[in-house]
Amino acid sequence: MSETKKFMYINRRPPCGTVYPLEGLEVVLIGAAFEQEVCMVFISDGVFQLKQGQDTIDSGMKNFSPTYRALGDYEVTRLYVERESLEERGLTEADLMPLTWEDEDDDWAEKPSIQIVSRTQLSDLLEEQDVVFNF
Amino acid sequence: MKLAVMVNEGPYTHQASDTAYNFIVAALDAGHEIFRVFFYHDGVNNGTRLTTPPQDDRHIVNRWSELSNTHDLDLVVCVAAAQRRGIVDPDEAKRNGKDSDNIAPGFRISGLGQLIEAGIQADRLLVFGD
Amino acid sequence: MLHTVNKSPFESASLKTCLGLAKSGSDILLIEDGVYGALAGTIHTTMLAEAAGTVSVYALGPDLKARGLPEDRLIPGIKVVGYDGFVELACTNDKVQSWL
Repeated sequence: MSETKKFMYINRRPPCGTVYPLEGLEVVLIGAAFEQEVCMVFISDGVFQLKQGQDTIDSGMKNFSPTYRALGDYEVTRLYVERESLEERGLTEADLMPLTWEDEDDDWAEKPSIQIVSRTQLSDLLEEQDVVFNF
Repeated sequence: MKLAVMVNEGPYTHQASDTAYNFIVAALDAGHEIFRVFFYHDGVNNGTRLTTPPQDDRHIVNRWSELSNTHDLDLVVCVAAAQRRGIVDPDEAKRNGKDSDNIAPGFRISGLGQLIEAGIQADRLLVFGD
Repeated sequence: MLHTVNKSPFESASLKTCLGLAKSGSDILLIEDGVYGALAGTIHTTMLAEAAGTVSVYALGPDLKARGLPEDRLIPGIKVVGYDGFVELACTNDKVQSWL
């Protein structure tokens, strides 16, 4: 496969209520091996996927929120979170998991993976993509 | 054009499988190539041969099998999603110690890489779901 | 870009989210329960009627018909297409975004 495409994975649903966030994350992790230009977007209730402090023990469900921390190791380093979606839900960046990646071109400096962007910026980003998934 | 289709929901509960099927038929009629149809999430349930819908309704699974046969389509059921939901081919049955398989004709079970490859190779990827 | 919306605006915010992110000049195709968004005279009509100035809005004919929604009940300016039109829209746009 000679060409590189821009893949965007849009996440609009909260964790736990449906399987889509978990199975969506599995697509991203498998897709990381294909060396395309990848980013993830969290809008609407999707911002809740990144909420700190998820504890599923009493519900009996699997807690897959720690898996987001592995994204940096898979070179998925751009996680765009929509500002308006956070604000509508009474959240701030401080409520989200501190996800990071290590930049080998910068002496392995640890950098934040999450970027808070506006709806307008997201609209521009969406236009740039070649392939878009919704989970 | 080369089109790839992703089907995220099972037969009957959501319209996704119907819309995907109708879209593909129209695309084939217009002379386009269907690179792959990838079934994910509950979409894997389109691949069981054990459904018995009412006789006066469309047989969604058989319809997919027939379309696959007529047009040599690549219908791929995601292995991870299939394992969660009990869609099994003979190899998977043997591998996981199941007493039978249930995959419908025209479908094959494979990994998520097939979906990513479809996104890369096709000119357009369409997603049908809930 | 072609945006498809398959949820009724009475059930889900998908149409609103789509319109908030779709750029001027995009095509929006309402399919499945999304065709309810095409109805004139509802609490959601203004949202789509306003957007119709900057984007092209289509509704899938078979889904309208299946739901008993005649074309004369739709917001003026919405174009009705069949599955062949859906295929054409998918091919003439550079990509398809499905707002599920």
